[in-house]
Amino acid sequence: MSAVIDHDHAHGHHDHHGGYGGIMRWITTTNHKDIGTLYLWFSFLMFGVGGIMAVVIRAELFSPGLQFVNPDFFNQLTTMHGLIMIFGAIMPAFVGFANWQIPMMIGAPDMAFARLNNWSFWLLPFAATLLALSFLMPGGAPGVGWTMYAPLTVQMGMGMDFTIFAVHLLGMSSILGAINIITTILNLRAPGMTLLRMPLFVWTWLITAYLLLAVMPVLAGAVTMTLTDRHFGTTFFNAAGGGDPVLYQHIFWFFGHPEVYVVALPAFGVISQVIPAFSRKPLFGYASMVYATSAIAILSFIVWAHHMYTTGIPVSGQLFFMYATILIAVPTGVKVFNWVATMWKGSLSFETPMLFALGFLFMFTLGGFTGLVLALVPVDIQLQDTYYVVAHFHYVMVAGALFAAFAGIYFWLPKWTGKMYDETLGKIHFWLTLVFLNMIFFVQHFLGLAGMPRRIPDYPLMFETWNKISSLGAFGMGLAQLLFLYIVVKCIRSGAPAPQKPWEGADSLEWTHLPTPVPYHSFETPPVLH
Amino acid sequence: MNLEQANRRLCMRLALIALGMFGFGFALVPFYGQICAALGVNSLTQRDSVSNTQIDASRTVTIELDSNTHDLPWRFRPLVNHLQVHPGELATVEYEIVNQRAAPVTGQAVPSYGPQFAGEYFKKLECFCFTQQTLAPGETRRMPVTFVVDPKLPRDVNTITVSYTFFEVAGRGGKS
Amino acid sequence: MTFSGLALALEWNLQPAASRLAAEIQDLHEYVMILCAAIFVGVFGFMFWSVYAHRKSKGHQAEEFHEHTTVEMLWTAIPALILVLIAWPATRLVVAQKDTTAADLTVKVTGIQWKWAYDYLKGEGEGISLISTLSTPREQIEGRAPKGEHYLLEVDNELVVPVNKKIRMITTAADVVHSWWVPAFGAKQDAIPGFLRDTWFRAEKTGVFRGQCAELCGKEHGFMPIVVRVVSQEDYSKWVGERKKALLAQADDPSRKWSLEELKARGEKVYAANCIACHQASGQGSPAVKAPALAGNKFVTAEPGPIDTVLNGRPNTAMQAFGRQLSDTEIAAVITYVRNSWGNKASDVQPAEVKARRK
Repeated sequence: MSAVIDHDHAHGHHDHHGGYGGIMRWITTTNHKDIGTLYLWFSFLMFGVGGIMAVVIRAELFSPGLQFVNPDFFNQLTTMHGLIMIFGAIMPAFVGFANWQIPMMIGAPDMAFARLNNWSFWLLPFAATLLALSFLMPGGAPGVGWTMYAPLTVQMGMGMDFTIFAVHLLGMSSILGAINIITTILNLRAPGMTLLRMPLFVWTWLITAYLLLAVMPVLAGAVTMTLTDRHFGTTFFNAAGGGDPVLYQHIFWFFGHPEVYVVALPAFGVISQVIPAFSRKPLFGYASMVYATSAIAILSFIVWAHHMYTTGIPVSGQLFFMYATILIAVPTGVKVFNWVATMWKGSLSFETPMLFALGFLFMFTLGGFTGLVLALVPVDIQLQDTYYVVAHFHYVMVAGALFAAFAGIYFWLPKWTGKMYDETLGKIHFWLTLVFLNMIFFVQHFLGLAGMPRRIPDYPLMFETWNKISSLGAFGMGLAQLLFLYIVVKCIRSGAPAPQKPWEGADSLEWTHLPTPVPYHSFETPPVLH
Repeated sequence: MNLEQANRRLCMRLALIALGMFGFGFALVPFYGQICAALGVNSLTQRDSVSNTQIDASRTVTIELDSNTHDLPWRFRPLVNHLQVHPGELATVEYEIVNQRAAPVTGQAVPSYGPQFAGEYFKKLECFCFTQQTLAPGETRRMPVTFVVDPKLPRDVNTITVSYTFFEVAGRGGKS
Repeated sequence: MTFSGLALALEWNLQPAASRLAAEIQDLHEYVMILCAAIFVGVFGFMFWSVYAHRKSKGHQAEEFHEHTTVEMLWTAIPALILVLIAWPATRLVVAQKDTTAADLTVKVTGIQWKWAYDYLKGEGEGISLISTLSTPREQIEGRAPKGEHYLLEVDNELVVPVNKKIRMITTAADVVHSWWVPAFGAKQDAIPGFLRDTWFRAEKTGVFRGQCAELCGKEHGFMPIVVRVVSQEDYSKWVGERKKALLAQADDPSRKWSLEELKARGEKVYAANCIACHQASGQGSPAVKAPALAGNKFVTAEPGPIDTVLNGRPNTAMQAFGRQLSDTEIAAVITYVRNSWGNKASDVQPAEVKARRK
């Protein structure tokens, strides 16, 4: 079919790349593996951009006083760091995993809607461009925080409108992706692959996709209302016309809390594949894992106001949201116990994916405990909008989601590229990331307790020491990720050939039924399952 | 039904869910208003009716009056800062606004209560906040609020703060 | 930069409590932390031990079990019970925190970009109003002068309250959402434009207590501290007396004619407290917050000067209606200062002119 073939690429010689070569192949591709690759590289690029912003933020906070950036630009950086890392780095990374893995894991030839899949991805670069352009607008990018609270948004310049449109595109991309994933999982499973035989990664993505479908449109609504409040004289969030600024926060967090699980659930899924593989033992409590995941997803819809305890919601509301929130600890606990029980009496080895999975387990649980502390209204009154909150959600997002993403990449890289990564370098990458991550974020708990508010470019002298340690950690963390890039490139270019099943305990279809490297089209005829 | 039809059908259903949730986001606006009204939080500018006028002389409630303006060239203040009333007793207070701009200005007052749930028990029979107010340049106007504190007010509440914030109504009365 | 503050700076717990509520929050926090730490050590102690004991390099063979109903029931039920143990004391505290009744003193606090306005509404001191602005000099922030002990935590006018009295704080905001927070009192309440919220505290120690705005409110969010001075009842009564006297004295006679120099000197102070954040000490403005340059600005030097703009503000920008915050004299002074600084040259503006424009 194709005349020109991209020889450098890992898939190498193959005759199913569609009608184009070079860059046009990537623009027009409808292949789930190509699109998965695009998602992952895009995500890494955004991870780099957001990371550079984080390093500038930490550089400014290295010492009290204003050194490198002015307060306004500082606010723009924190806003964009948040938006880019969540919508540009973490979410696309897991969509990339979904694209690569779901068809292979359920024995399908490709995603259900191949063309739609292409569009879902190609919306992202446009959204990223809009976000980047907002910096060039008069007044710069919005300095409102990634939560974009009204009515501060009304004071912003054109950059705010660019950001709103970017959020619309990102939301559109997520919704299209979610529709595709649900349809693929429900309609394209190989005969015999019943729902309760699906790998847990597929299960978590099925639930995540439903969450996306339910909450991304709500975010779109919230930013649309912001847009009309800014330009078309509506007063959704303006008391002057009978609106209420707090209403924005309700709508935003109705999206925002399930969003946390949009990021966390696929991470749980990856971990649930990795831990059994390196324990050489089946996942403990598979059914209860599925139920716990569903319970977390459902509970996530009734806890949003725990982000708003200090807005002055009535005492009955505070109590309801406090009880609902701490209830989430139960299914989350079940998952942690199941993972630990999976390892119990296994036969464990500690390759890089397993190290990241263990790091995930340890630190995600820590983030869970600080979440429990923050769920308690009286304590939250003290800690709301402090660095304690910053530390908490970075333990969930970085030590949680990012570690799971690293675990997944090292785990599946041999399958994707046909080559092994450098195990020694992988382990070094793990230990550096672990140490620097805790250096950045652990001390931020202390800062928050001692009373340092978040989103400030300058701080009182008593916070200096911890901030210095945190900043040094951030610089180290940034450098450590360059090593990761090197490891991946080295693996693609000159890794040793990988066997079909490099991990002894791995048991899902991509390992048991497909050669390494995987053919461009997997499962043109459905596999036979027993 | 073949696979392609099944896929398309599921896709349509899921798209409908997404569309419905987009609508739901907007539906939260009136829904939030209803919830707040039901809880007595942020209850806004409608006239209340009072059925039970039984005066509960066994206790008094302090009403604190407060005023704010939001981007509006008006001087706005209550003529008394606080007063004592019995629940069920009819009372009237007066506010004064002075338009300090050399142009007519239209404003709308929005009431707010502390503690928030007290709004439910603060029944306004007459209030300048029911309608927009237009003041001529330099005009001074005194406006009454007639209210009853509902005797059903929980016994442990002995102070209610009533605050009005005037906002300019855009496009009316002309901005200078 | 050095680690100068090393000895002082290793704060790692909540600030010392100065009210019973704050102390109870600390107790609750410690109780939950100990519980969490115990569970954490238990679960991960078990995990690390099992990882160590069952490692492949030692030749351990994997067993094949993958469920156990009793165990799974237990580890669902036991955490649920522990949560009840946590929720119970928290609930009691939530109710206490929300109880703003029977206050001795009511103070309204209005968040304004980027300062706090306090109005004593009821109780001793009723009628006192003050505006509280960061007093740390710009030179310290920009690193041109050594930083003082209370860097970024000092204001020109502190909120003064009597000790052992229940103070009810009513919060609202003039522009965007702010959040009034004093950690030592365990009181944090968002200030929402157009709406009223309330919280309370009862300080049990005299002294000065400091906090910061806790909700992102724009460019100078990090520069609007809260300082509360808690004094004895006698000192408080004395302060109220002085404040009221000073208020009378400060009520400048707006019909007096001021000299250009007098106005400029006064205006420089007003400018430093209110305008410098956006328009800059150099008068160059900051485009990022739509604050125009004042130096060389024709609108500023044209007659009669930007009196209406200062009085009424510009909607949807950080330019507030200063007519409500500043006296006629202060407005006249700051406009005169702006019209005669950074190379600008124009006539002075008298308080009487400002007074006339108010009507």
